Amino acid sequence: MAVTESVADVPGPKPRAPSLIGRRLASAALPVGTAIALLLLWQIGVRVFEVPTYIAPAPTDVLAVFGEHFDLLLRNFWPTFTVSVVGFFAGNLAAILIAVTFVHSRLAERALFPIAVFINTIPILAIAPILVLIFGPGMTSKVVIAGLICFFPTLVNMVRGLQSVSPQTLELARILSASKSEIFWKMRLPSALPFLFSALKIAATTCVIGAIVSEWIGADVGLGALIIDSTFNFRSPMLYATVFMSSGLSVLLFALVTITEKLVVRW
Amino acid sequence: MDGSHISPTGGNAIAACLAGASVKFGSFIALSDISLQIGAGEFWTILGPSGCGKSTMLRLVSDLVPPASGSVEILGKTTEAARLAREFAFVFQDATLLPWRSALKNVELPLEMGRSRGITIPRGDRSPRELLELVGLKGREDALPHELSGGMRQRVAIARALVCQPKLLLMDEPFGALDEMTRDRLNMQLLEIWRETGITCLFVTHSIPEAVLLGQKVLMLRAHPGGVKEVVEIDLPEPRHVELRETPDFNRYSAYLRKSLEEC
Repeated sequence: MAVTESVADVPGPKPRAPSLIGRRLASAALPVGTAIALLLLWQIGVRVFEVPTYIAPAPTDVLAVFGEHFDLLLRNFWPTFTVSVVGFFAGNLAAILIAVTFVHSRLAERALFPIAVFINTIPILAIAPILVLIFGPGMTSKVVIAGLICFFPTLVNMVRGLQSVSPQTLELARILSASKSEIFWKMRLPSALPFLFSALKIAATTCVIGAIVSEWIGADVGLGALIIDSTFNFRSPMLYATVFMSSGLSVLLFALVTITEKLVVRW
Repeated sequence: MDGSHISPTGGNAIAACLAGASVKFGSFIALSDISLQIGAGEFWTILGPSGCGKSTMLRLVSDLVPPASGSVEILGKTTEAARLAREFAFVFQDATLLPWRSALKNVELPLEMGRSRGITIPRGDRSPRELLELVGLKGREDALPHELSGGMRQRVAIARALVCQPKLLLMDEPFGALDEMTRDRLNMQLLEIWRETGITCLFVTHSIPEAVLLGQKVLMLRAHPGGVKEVVEIDLPEPRHVELRETPDFNRYSAYLRKSLEEC
Protein backbone atom coordinates (compact mmCIF):
# COMPACT_ATOMS: atom_id res chain seq x y z
CA MET A 1 0.00 0.00 0.00
CA ALA A 2 2.71 2.42 1.02
CA VAL A 3 4.53 1.71 -2.21
CA THR A 4 1.61 2.58 -4.49
CA GLU A 5 0.92 5.73 -2.49
CA SER A 6 4.47 6.96 -2.80
CA VAL A 7 4.37 6.20 -6.52
CA ALA A 8 1.23 8.29 -6.86
CA ASP A 9 2.87 11.16 -4.96
CA VAL A 10 5.76 11.43 -7.37
CA PRO A 11 5.21 14.37 -9.74
CA GLY A 12 5.79 14.06 -13.46
CA PRO A 13 4.89 11.07 -15.57
CA LYS A 14 2.43 8.79 -13.83
CA PRO A 15 2.20 5.70 -15.97
CA ARG A 16 0.92 3.46 -13.16
CA ALA A 17 -2.10 5.36 -11.90
CA PRO A 18 -4.08 5.48 -15.19
CA SER A 19 -3.29 1.87 -15.96
CA LEU A 20 -4.54 0.90 -12.50
CA ILE A 21 -7.77 2.83 -13.05
CA GLY A 22 -7.96 1.32 -16.52
CA ARG A 23 -7.70 -2.18 -15.10
CA ARG A 24 -10.34 -1.37 -12.48
CA LEU A 25 -12.67 -0.09 -15.20
CA ALA A 26 -12.02 -3.15 -17.33
CA SER A 27 -12.84 -5.51 -14.46
CA ALA A 28 -16.00 -3.53 -13.67
CA ALA A 29 -17.06 -3.39 -17.33
CA LEU A 30 -17.96 -7.08 -17.55
CA PRO A 31 -20.53 -7.29 -14.70
CA VAL A 32 -21.94 -3.84 -15.54
CA GLY A 33 -22.28 -4.85 -19.20
CA THR A 34 -23.99 -8.09 -18.24
CA ALA A 35 -26.43 -6.22 -15.99
CA ILE A 36 -27.28 -3.76 -18.77
CA ALA A 37 -27.77 -6.64 -21.20
CA LEU A 38 -30.12 -8.42 -18.77
CA LEU A 39 -32.12 -5.21 -18.21
CA LEU A 40 -32.42 -4.76 -21.97
CA LEU A 41 -33.56 -8.37 -22.34
CA TRP A 42 -36.12 -7.79 -19.62
CA GLN A 43 -37.39 -4.60 -21.25
CA ILE A 44 -37.68 -6.25 -24.69
CA GLY A 45 -39.24 -9.43 -23.24
CA VAL A 46 -41.93 -7.50 -21.36
CA ARG A 47 -42.78 -5.40 -24.44
CA VAL A 48 -42.68 -8.24 -26.99
CA PHE A 49 -44.79 -10.68 -24.95
CA GLU A 50 -47.03 -7.83 -23.73
CA VAL A 51 -46.71 -8.82 -20.09
CA PRO A 52 -49.20 -6.80 -17.97
CA THR A 53 -47.48 -4.18 -15.81
CA TYR A 54 -48.96 -5.55 -12.56
CA ILE A 55 -47.28 -8.94 -13.22
CA ALA A 56 -43.89 -7.64 -14.31
CA PRO A 57 -43.18 -3.97 -15.00
CA ALA A 58 -40.61 -2.97 -17.58
CA PRO A 59 -37.39 -1.40 -16.26
CA THR A 60 -38.49 1.93 -17.71
CA ASP A 61 -41.72 1.74 -15.66
CA VAL A 62 -39.68 1.21 -12.52
CA LEU A 63 -37.39 4.07 -13.48
CA ALA A 64 -40.43 6.27 -13.95
CA VAL A 65 -41.52 5.57 -10.36
CA PHE A 66 -38.10 6.75 -9.15
CA GLY A 67 -38.66 9.95 -11.10
CA GLU A 68 -42.26 10.61 -10.05
CA HIS A 69 -42.42 9.25 -6.52
CA PHE A 70 -38.89 9.70 -5.25
CA ASP A 71 -40.05 11.74 -2.24
CA LEU A 72 -42.45 8.92 -1.26
CA LEU A 73 -39.65 6.36 -1.55
CA LEU A 74 -37.33 8.56 0.47
CA ARG A 75 -40.01 9.18 3.11
CA ASN A 76 -40.22 5.43 3.60
CA PHE A 77 -36.47 4.91 3.27
CA TRP A 78 -35.44 6.87 6.36
CA PRO A 79 -37.54 4.93 8.95
CA THR A 80 -36.12 1.65 7.60
CA PHE A 81 -32.63 3.14 7.62
CA THR A 82 -33.05 4.17 11.26
CA VAL A 83 -34.40 0.79 12.35
CA SER A 84 -31.60 -1.03 10.46
CA VAL A 85 -28.81 1.10 11.92
CA VAL A 86 -30.13 1.14 15.49
CA GLY A 87 -30.82 -2.61 15.28
CA PHE A 88 -27.34 -3.16 13.84
CA PHE A 89 -25.69 -1.38 16.77
CA ALA A 90 -27.95 -2.91 19.43
CA GLY A 91 -27.68 -6.49 18.13
CA ASN A 92 -23.94 -6.37 17.58
CA LEU A 93 -23.21 -4.64 20.86
CA ALA A 94 -25.19 -7.31 22.71
CA ALA A 95 -23.36 -10.05 20.77
CA ILE A 96 -19.95 -8.52 21.53
CA LEU A 97 -20.69 -8.15 25.24
CA ILE A 98 -22.01 -11.71 25.52
CA ALA A 99 -18.99 -13.02 23.58
CA VAL A 100 -16.69 -11.28 26.07
CA THR A 101 -18.63 -12.91 28.91
CA PHE A 102 -18.36 -16.33 27.26
CA VAL A 103 -14.62 -16.04 26.84
CA HIS A 104 -14.14 -15.14 30.49
CA SER A 105 -16.66 -17.59 31.93
CA ARG A 106 -16.96 -21.17 30.74
CA LEU A 107 -20.04 -21.51 32.93
CA ALA A 108 -21.85 -18.67 31.15
CA GLU A 109 -20.95 -20.14 27.78
CA ARG A 110 -22.23 -23.59 28.68
CA ALA A 111 -25.42 -22.15 30.16
CA LEU A 112 -26.28 -19.64 27.43
CA PHE A 113 -24.77 -20.83 24.17
CA PRO A 114 -27.30 -23.64 23.51
CA ILE A 115 -30.09 -21.12 24.11
CA ALA A 116 -28.49 -18.72 21.65
CA VAL A 117 -28.33 -21.55 19.09
CA PHE A 118 -31.99 -22.39 19.72
CA ILE A 119 -33.12 -18.79 19.25
CA ASN A 120 -31.09 -18.65 16.06
CA THR A 121 -32.92 -21.68 14.67
CA ILE A 122 -36.30 -19.92 14.90
CA PRO A 123 -37.01 -18.26 11.53
CA ILE A 124 -37.07 -14.49 11.91
CA LEU A 125 -40.50 -14.44 10.20
CA ALA A 126 -41.86 -16.75 12.87
CA ILE A 127 -40.44 -14.88 15.84
CA ALA A 128 -41.22 -11.37 14.57
CA PRO A 129 -44.96 -11.45 15.43
CA ILE A 130 -44.10 -12.71 18.93
CA LEU A 131 -41.72 -9.79 19.43
CA VAL A 132 -44.33 -7.33 18.19
CA LEU A 133 -46.78 -8.76 20.73
CA ILE A 134 -44.21 -8.41 23.50
CA PHE A 135 -42.76 -4.98 22.66
CA GLY A 136 -45.73 -3.40 20.95
CA PRO A 137 -45.94 -2.05 17.41
CA GLY A 138 -43.52 0.84 18.02
CA MET A 139 -39.85 1.36 17.37
CA THR A 140 -38.68 -1.05 20.09
CA SER A 141 -40.01 -4.24 18.50
CA LYS A 142 -38.58 -3.24 15.11
CA VAL A 143 -35.14 -2.59 16.55
CA VAL A 144 -35.26 -5.88 18.48
CA ILE A 145 -36.10 -7.81 15.29
CA ALA A 146 -33.34 -6.11 13.28
CA GLY A 147 -30.91 -6.59 16.16
CA LEU A 148 -31.82 -10.24 16.67
CA ILE A 149 -30.97 -11.14 13.09
CA CYS A 150 -27.48 -9.58 13.50
CA PHE A 151 -26.85 -11.19 16.83
CA PHE A 152 -25.86 -14.77 16.17
CA PRO A 153 -23.17 -14.47 13.44
CA THR A 154 -21.46 -11.75 15.48
CA LEU A 155 -21.61 -13.80 18.67
CA VAL A 156 -20.01 -16.85 17.04
CA ASN A 157 -17.34 -14.86 15.20
CA MET A 158 -16.51 -12.69 18.18
CA VAL A 159 -16.04 -15.71 20.46
CA ARG A 160 -13.74 -17.28 17.86
CA GLY A 161 -11.88 -14.02 17.43
CA LEU A 162 -11.32 -13.51 21.15
CA GLN A 163 -10.01 -17.07 21.37
CA SER A 164 -7.76 -16.69 18.33
CA VAL A 165 -4.79 -15.45 20.38
CA SER A 166 -1.99 -18.02 19.93
CA PRO A 167 -0.83 -20.07 22.93
CA GLN A 168 2.65 -18.55 22.53
CA THR A 169 1.23 -15.04 22.75
CA LEU A 170 -0.49 -16.03 25.99
CA GLU A 171 2.80 -17.46 27.27
CA LEU A 172 4.44 -14.15 26.40
CA ALA A 173 1.71 -12.38 28.38
CA ARG A 174 2.38 -14.63 31.35
CA ILE A 175 6.12 -14.04 31.23
CA LEU A 176 5.35 -10.31 31.21
CA SER A 177 3.09 -10.88 34.27
CA ALA A 178 0.18 -9.32 32.39
CA SER A 179 -3.19 -8.98 34.08
CA LYS A 180 -6.40 -10.33 32.57
CA SER A 181 -7.52 -6.87 31.53
CA GLU A 182 -4.18 -6.13 29.85
CA ILE A 183 -4.43 -9.41 27.94
CA PHE A 184 -7.97 -8.50 26.93
CA TRP A 185 -7.33 -4.94 25.75
CA LYS A 186 -3.89 -5.41 24.23
CA MET A 187 -4.13 -8.95 22.82
CA ARG A 188 -7.60 -10.50 22.67
CA LEU A 189 -9.63 -7.55 21.47
CA PRO A 190 -7.34 -6.50 18.60
CA SER A 191 -7.01 -10.18 17.56
CA ALA A 192 -10.79 -10.40 17.37
CA LEU A 193 -11.26 -7.34 15.12
CA PRO A 194 -10.83 -9.13 11.74
CA PHE A 195 -13.33 -11.77 12.90
CA LEU A 196 -15.70 -9.08 14.15
CA PHE A 197 -15.65 -7.24 10.83
CA SER A 198 -16.45 -10.45 8.93
CA ALA A 199 -19.55 -10.73 11.09
CA LEU A 200 -20.40 -7.02 10.80
CA LYS A 201 -20.39 -7.32 7.00
CA ILE A 202 -23.00 -10.08 7.27
CA ALA A 203 -24.94 -8.01 9.81
CA ALA A 204 -24.88 -4.91 7.56
CA THR A 205 -27.09 -6.69 5.04
CA THR A 206 -29.17 -8.86 7.37
CA CYS A 207 -30.21 -5.97 9.63
CA VAL A 208 -32.05 -4.49 6.62
CA ILE A 209 -33.90 -7.80 6.20
CA GLY A 210 -34.84 -7.65 9.88
CA ALA A 211 -36.03 -4.04 9.57
CA ILE A 212 -38.21 -4.83 6.53
CA VAL A 213 -39.70 -7.93 8.14
CA SER A 214 -40.51 -5.87 11.24
CA GLU A 215 -42.33 -3.34 9.04
CA TRP A 216 -44.46 -6.04 7.48
CA ILE A 217 -46.24 -6.46 10.77
CA GLY A 218 -48.49 -3.51 11.37
CA ALA A 219 -46.22 -0.63 10.38
CA ASP A 220 -47.54 2.26 8.31
CA VAL A 221 -44.20 3.69 7.20
CA GLY A 222 -40.95 2.16 6.03
CA LEU A 223 -39.83 0.22 2.97
CA GLY A 224 -41.39 -2.96 4.44
CA ALA A 225 -44.78 -1.28 4.77
CA LEU A 226 -44.45 0.14 1.26
CA ILE A 227 -43.70 -3.36 -0.11
CA ILE A 228 -46.89 -4.73 1.48
CA ASP A 229 -48.94 -1.74 0.34
CA SER A 230 -47.66 -1.91 -3.26
CA THR A 231 -48.20 -5.67 -3.44
CA PHE A 232 -51.82 -5.56 -2.29
CA ASN A 233 -52.62 -2.63 -4.56
CA PHE A 234 -50.93 -4.23 -7.60
CA ARG A 235 -48.56 -1.27 -7.89
CA SER A 236 -45.80 -3.42 -9.30
CA PRO A 237 -43.49 -0.64 -10.52
CA MET A 238 -43.61 0.86 -7.00
CA LEU A 239 -42.94 -2.58 -5.52
CA TYR A 240 -39.89 -3.05 -7.71
CA ALA A 241 -38.62 0.44 -6.94
CA THR A 242 -39.00 -0.28 -3.21
CA VAL A 243 -37.06 -3.52 -3.59
CA PHE A 244 -34.24 -1.60 -5.28
CA MET A 245 -34.29 0.97 -2.48
CA SER A 246 -34.02 -1.84 0.07
CA SER A 247 -31.06 -3.47 -1.62
CA GLY A 248 -29.52 -0.01 -2.02
CA LEU A 249 -29.77 0.41 1.74
CA SER A 250 -28.00 -2.94 2.27
CA VAL A 251 -25.25 -1.95 -0.15
CA LEU A 252 -24.83 1.40 1.60
CA LEU A 253 -24.48 -0.18 5.05
CA PHE A 254 -22.16 -2.88 3.68
CA ALA A 255 -19.96 -0.21 2.09
CA LEU A 256 -19.83 1.77 5.35
CA VAL A 257 -18.70 -1.31 7.28
CA THR A 258 -16.11 -2.18 4.61
CA ILE A 259 -14.67 1.35 4.67
CA THR A 260 -14.52 1.28 8.49
CA GLU A 261 -12.75 -2.09 8.33
CA LYS A 262 -10.14 -0.71 5.93
CA LEU A 263 -9.48 2.16 8.33
CA VAL A 264 -9.34 0.03 11.48
CA VAL A 265 -7.81 -3.31 10.41
CA ARG A 266 -4.62 -2.23 8.70
CA TRP A 267 -2.59 -5.39 9.32
CA MET B 1 14.70 -0.92 43.03
CA ASP B 2 15.05 -4.68 43.20
CA GLY B 3 17.62 -7.09 44.50
CA SER B 4 18.96 -8.03 41.10
CA HIS B 5 21.31 -5.07 40.94
CA ILE B 6 23.13 -6.19 44.07
CA SER B 7 24.29 -9.47 42.64
CA PRO B 8 27.16 -8.90 40.22
CA THR B 9 26.92 -10.34 36.77
CA GLY B 10 29.95 -12.19 35.52
CA GLY B 11 32.50 -13.74 37.83
CA ASN B 12 31.24 -16.75 39.70
CA ALA B 13 27.62 -15.62 40.08
CA ILE B 14 24.97 -18.19 39.26
CA ALA B 15 22.31 -17.08 36.81
CA ALA B 16 20.11 -20.15 37.11
CA CYS B 17 20.24 -23.06 39.50
CA LEU B 18 18.17 -26.20 39.12
CA ALA B 19 18.25 -28.71 41.98
CA GLY B 20 16.59 -32.05 41.39
CA ALA B 21 13.85 -30.41 39.39
CA SER B 22 11.20 -32.56 37.70
CA VAL B 23 8.20 -31.71 35.56
CA LYS B 24 5.13 -33.89 35.26
CA PHE B 25 2.13 -33.53 32.97
CA GLY B 26 -0.40 -35.77 34.68
CA SER B 27 1.34 -39.10 35.03
CA PHE B 28 3.78 -38.33 32.20
CA ILE B 29 7.25 -37.41 33.41
CA ALA B 30 8.52 -34.73 31.05
CA LEU B 31 11.73 -33.97 32.92
CA SER B 32 13.19 -35.86 35.82
CA ASP B 33 15.76 -34.84 38.38
CA ILE B 34 17.54 -31.99 36.61
CA SER B 35 20.42 -30.48 38.53
CA LEU B 36 22.36 -27.72 36.85
CA GLN B 37 24.17 -24.53 37.64
CA ILE B 38 24.32 -21.99 34.87
CA GLY B 39 26.95 -19.36 35.47
CA ALA B 40 26.14 -15.70 34.85
CA GLY B 41 27.21 -14.54 31.43
CA GLU B 42 27.50 -18.03 30.00
CA PHE B 43 26.03 -19.17 26.71
CA TRP B 44 24.40 -22.58 26.92
CA THR B 45 22.86 -24.42 24.04
CA ILE B 46 20.45 -27.27 24.64
CA LEU B 47 20.33 -30.29 22.31
CA GLY B 48 18.39 -33.51 22.48
CA PRO B 49 16.08 -35.82 20.55
CA SER B 50 12.57 -34.59 19.81
CA GLY B 51 10.23 -34.92 22.73
CA CYS B 52 13.03 -34.94 25.28
CA GLY B 53 11.73 -31.83 27.00
CA LYS B 54 14.02 -29.10 25.66
CA SER B 55 11.17 -26.63 25.45
CA THR B 56 9.77 -27.85 28.76
CA MET B 57 13.12 -27.08 30.35
CA LEU B 58 12.92 -23.44 29.21
CA ARG B 59 9.31 -23.29 30.37
CA LEU B 60 10.39 -24.62 33.75
CA VAL B 61 13.04 -21.94 34.09
CA SER B 62 10.67 -19.20 32.93
CA ASP B 63 7.92 -20.04 35.44
CA LEU B 64 5.52 -21.21 32.71
CA VAL B 65 5.38 -24.72 34.16
CA PRO B 66 5.92 -25.43 37.85
CA PRO B 67 8.38 -28.07 39.06
CA ALA B 68 6.70 -31.22 40.40
CA SER B 69 9.65 -31.68 42.73
CA GLY B 70 12.99 -30.01 43.35
CA SER B 71 13.59 -26.32 42.89
CA VAL B 72 14.57 -23.74 40.33
CA GLU B 73 16.20 -20.45 41.25
CA ILE B 74 17.15 -17.52 39.07
CA LEU B 75 19.77 -15.18 40.50
CA GLY B 76 18.89 -16.53 43.92
CA LYS B 77 15.19 -15.80 43.57
CA THR B 78 12.23 -18.04 42.92
CA THR B 79 11.20 -18.17 39.29
CA GLU B 80 8.07 -16.21 40.15
CA ALA B 81 10.00 -13.42 41.83
CA ALA B 82 12.42 -13.39 38.90
CA ARG B 83 9.50 -13.18 36.47
CA LEU B 84 7.96 -10.26 38.36
CA ALA B 85 11.34 -8.50 38.38
CA ARG B 86 11.77 -9.18 34.64
CA GLU B 87 15.07 -10.96 35.28
CA PHE B 88 14.56 -13.16 32.23
CA ALA B 89 13.04 -12.83 28.79
CA PHE B 90 11.82 -15.42 26.33
CA VAL B 91 12.22 -15.61 22.56
CA PHE B 92 9.84 -18.08 20.93
CA GLN B 93 10.32 -20.11 17.78
CA ASP B 94 7.65 -18.02 16.12
CA ALA B 95 8.38 -14.32 16.63
CA THR B 96 5.01 -13.91 18.42
CA LEU B 97 4.69 -10.27 17.42
CA LEU B 98 1.33 -8.57 17.66
CA PRO B 99 0.40 -8.05 13.99
CA TRP B 100 -1.37 -4.72 14.52
CA ARG B 101 1.62 -3.12 16.26
CA SER B 102 4.57 -1.59 14.47
CA ALA B 103 8.05 -2.99 15.10
CA LEU B 104 8.73 -0.23 17.62
CA LYS B 105 5.39 -0.71 19.38
CA ASN B 106 6.09 -4.44 19.62
CA VAL B 107 9.44 -3.76 21.26
CA GLU B 108 7.67 -1.45 23.71
CA LEU B 109 5.07 -4.09 24.67
CA PRO B 110 6.93 -5.34 27.78
CA LEU B 111 6.98 -1.78 29.12
CA GLU B 112 3.18 -1.66 28.95
CA MET B 113 2.26 -5.11 30.24
CA GLY B 114 2.20 -5.90 33.93
CA ARG B 115 1.56 -2.30 34.96
CA SER B 116 -1.88 -3.04 36.35
CA ARG B 117 -0.35 -5.74 38.54
CA GLY B 118 1.73 -2.99 40.06
CA ILE B 119 5.11 -4.51 39.23
CA THR B 120 8.07 -2.23 38.75
CA ILE B 121 9.07 -2.48 35.15
CA PRO B 122 12.80 -2.02 34.78
CA ARG B 123 13.90 0.08 31.84
CA GLY B 124 17.10 -0.92 30.13
CA ASP B 125 19.93 1.46 29.29
CA ARG B 126 18.89 1.23 25.68
CA SER B 127 15.64 2.71 24.42
CA PRO B 128 13.37 0.58 22.21
CA ARG B 129 14.58 2.64 19.25
CA GLU B 130 18.24 1.92 20.09
CA LEU B 131 17.46 -1.77 20.49
CA LEU B 132 15.96 -1.91 17.02
CA GLU B 133 19.14 -0.26 15.79
CA LEU B 134 21.18 -2.84 17.71
CA VAL B 135 19.44 -5.69 15.88
CA GLY B 136 19.92 -3.92 12.55
CA LEU B 137 16.39 -2.63 11.99
CA LYS B 138 17.04 1.11 12.01
CA GLY B 139 14.54 2.80 9.72
CA ARG B 140 11.96 -0.01 10.01
CA GLU B 141 10.48 1.21 13.31
CA ASP B 142 7.06 1.87 11.83
CA ALA B 143 6.83 -1.31 9.74
CA LEU B 144 4.08 -3.74 10.63
CA PRO B 145 5.13 -7.37 11.18
CA HIS B 146 3.61 -8.54 7.89
CA GLU B 147 5.81 -6.05 6.08
CA LEU B 148 8.96 -7.64 7.55
CA SER B 149 10.73 -10.86 6.58
CA GLY B 150 10.87 -13.84 8.94
CA GLY B 151 14.41 -12.95 9.99
CA MET B 152 13.48 -9.34 10.65
CA ARG B 153 10.48 -10.38 12.72
CA GLN B 154 12.70 -12.59 14.84
CA ARG B 155 15.09 -9.67 15.32
CA VAL B 156 12.19 -7.53 16.54
CA ALA B 157 11.39 -10.34 18.99
CA ILE B 158 14.99 -10.26 20.25
CA ALA B 159 14.87 -6.47 20.66
CA ARG B 160 11.61 -6.88 22.58
CA ALA B 161 13.25 -9.48 24.84
CA LEU B 162 16.08 -7.07 25.64
CA VAL B 163 13.94 -4.01 26.42
CA CYS B 164 13.82 -4.62 30.18
CA GLN B 165 17.51 -5.49 30.23
CA PRO B 166 17.10 -9.06 31.52
CA LYS B 167 19.99 -11.03 32.96
CA LEU B 168 18.87 -14.27 31.38
CA LEU B 169 17.71 -14.79 27.82
CA LEU B 170 15.75 -17.97 27.07
CA MET B 171 15.46 -18.87 23.42
CA ASP B 172 13.37 -21.74 22.06
CA GLU B 173 14.65 -22.60 18.57
CA PRO B 174 14.42 -18.93 17.64
CA PHE B 175 15.99 -19.37 14.21
CA GLY B 176 14.56 -22.82 13.45
CA ALA B 177 12.20 -21.60 10.76
CA LEU B 178 14.74 -19.41 8.93
CA ASP B 179 16.87 -20.15 5.89
CA GLU B 180 20.55 -21.03 6.29
CA MET B 181 21.97 -17.62 5.34
CA THR B 182 19.60 -15.64 7.56
CA ARG B 183 20.27 -18.04 10.39
CA ASP B 184 24.05 -17.55 10.10
CA ARG B 185 23.66 -13.80 10.14
CA LEU B 186 21.36 -13.84 13.14
CA ASN B 187 23.65 -16.27 14.99
CA MET B 188 26.53 -13.84 14.63
CA GLN B 189 24.36 -10.92 15.63
CA LEU B 190 23.19 -12.80 18.70
CA LEU B 191 26.78 -13.58 19.75
CA GLU B 192 27.64 -9.91 19.33
CA ILE B 193 24.72 -8.89 21.55
CA TRP B 194 25.72 -11.55 24.07
CA ARG B 195 29.31 -10.31 24.23
CA GLU B 196 28.22 -6.69 24.45
CA THR B 197 25.55 -7.08 27.12
CA GLY B 198 27.04 -9.88 29.21
CA ILE B 199 23.63 -11.55 29.28
CA THR B 200 23.27 -15.24 30.11
CA CYS B 201 21.79 -17.29 27.26
CA LEU B 202 19.92 -20.57 27.24
CA PHE B 203 19.36 -21.51 23.62
CA VAL B 204 17.37 -24.56 22.52
CA THR B 205 18.17 -25.84 19.03
CA HIS B 206 17.94 -29.05 17.02
CA SER B 207 20.91 -28.14 14.87
CA ILE B 208 24.22 -29.59 16.04
CA PRO B 209 26.37 -27.03 14.15
CA GLU B 210 24.33 -24.20 15.64
CA ALA B 211 24.74 -25.66 19.13
CA VAL B 212 28.52 -25.89 18.72
CA LEU B 213 28.89 -22.51 17.05
CA LEU B 214 26.98 -20.61 19.73
CA GLY B 215 27.44 -22.55 22.93
CA GLN B 216 30.18 -22.36 25.47
CA LYS B 217 28.47 -25.35 26.95
CA VAL B 218 26.14 -27.79 25.23
CA LEU B 219 23.54 -29.41 27.43
CA MET B 220 22.58 -32.78 25.97
CA LEU B 221 19.20 -34.01 27.13
CA ARG B 222 17.97 -37.58 26.81
CA ALA B 223 14.38 -38.70 26.35
CA HIS B 224 12.03 -41.04 28.26
CA PRO B 225 12.21 -39.71 30.82
CA GLY B 226 13.72 -36.35 29.92
CA GLY B 227 16.89 -35.63 31.83
CA VAL B 228 20.47 -34.46 31.55
CA LYS B 229 22.66 -36.82 29.54
CA GLU B 230 25.80 -34.75 29.65
CA VAL B 231 27.21 -31.26 29.50
CA VAL B 232 29.88 -30.75 26.87
CA GLU B 233 32.20 -27.75 27.17
CA ILE B 234 33.00 -26.26 23.80
CA ASP B 235 36.51 -24.90 23.88
CA LEU B 236 36.67 -22.91 20.67
CA PRO B 237 38.41 -19.56 20.18
CA GLU B 238 36.40 -16.42 20.91
CA PRO B 239 34.94 -14.43 19.30
CA ARG B 240 33.25 -17.17 17.32
CA HIS B 241 32.69 -16.79 13.62
CA VAL B 242 30.90 -18.87 10.98
CA GLU B 243 34.24 -19.84 9.37
CA LEU B 244 34.89 -21.79 12.54
CA ARG B 245 32.62 -24.46 11.13
CA GLU B 246 35.31 -25.54 8.65
CA THR B 247 37.92 -26.20 11.37
CA PRO B 248 38.82 -29.72 12.55
CA ASP B 249 38.06 -28.84 16.19
CA PHE B 250 34.56 -27.79 15.27
CA ASN B 251 33.99 -30.99 13.33
CA ARG B 252 35.25 -33.06 16.22
CA TYR B 253 32.72 -31.49 18.57
CA SER B 254 29.96 -31.94 16.00
CA ALA B 255 30.85 -35.61 15.47
CA TYR B 256 30.96 -36.22 19.19
CA LEU B 257 27.58 -34.58 19.77
CA ARG B 258 26.04 -36.45 16.84
CA LYS B 259 27.16 -39.73 18.35
CA SER B 260 25.93 -38.68 21.78
CA LEU B 261 22.57 -37.72 20.30
CA GLU B 262 22.24 -41.12 18.63
CA GLU B 263 22.80 -42.85 21.96
CA CYS B 264 19.90 -40.98 23.54
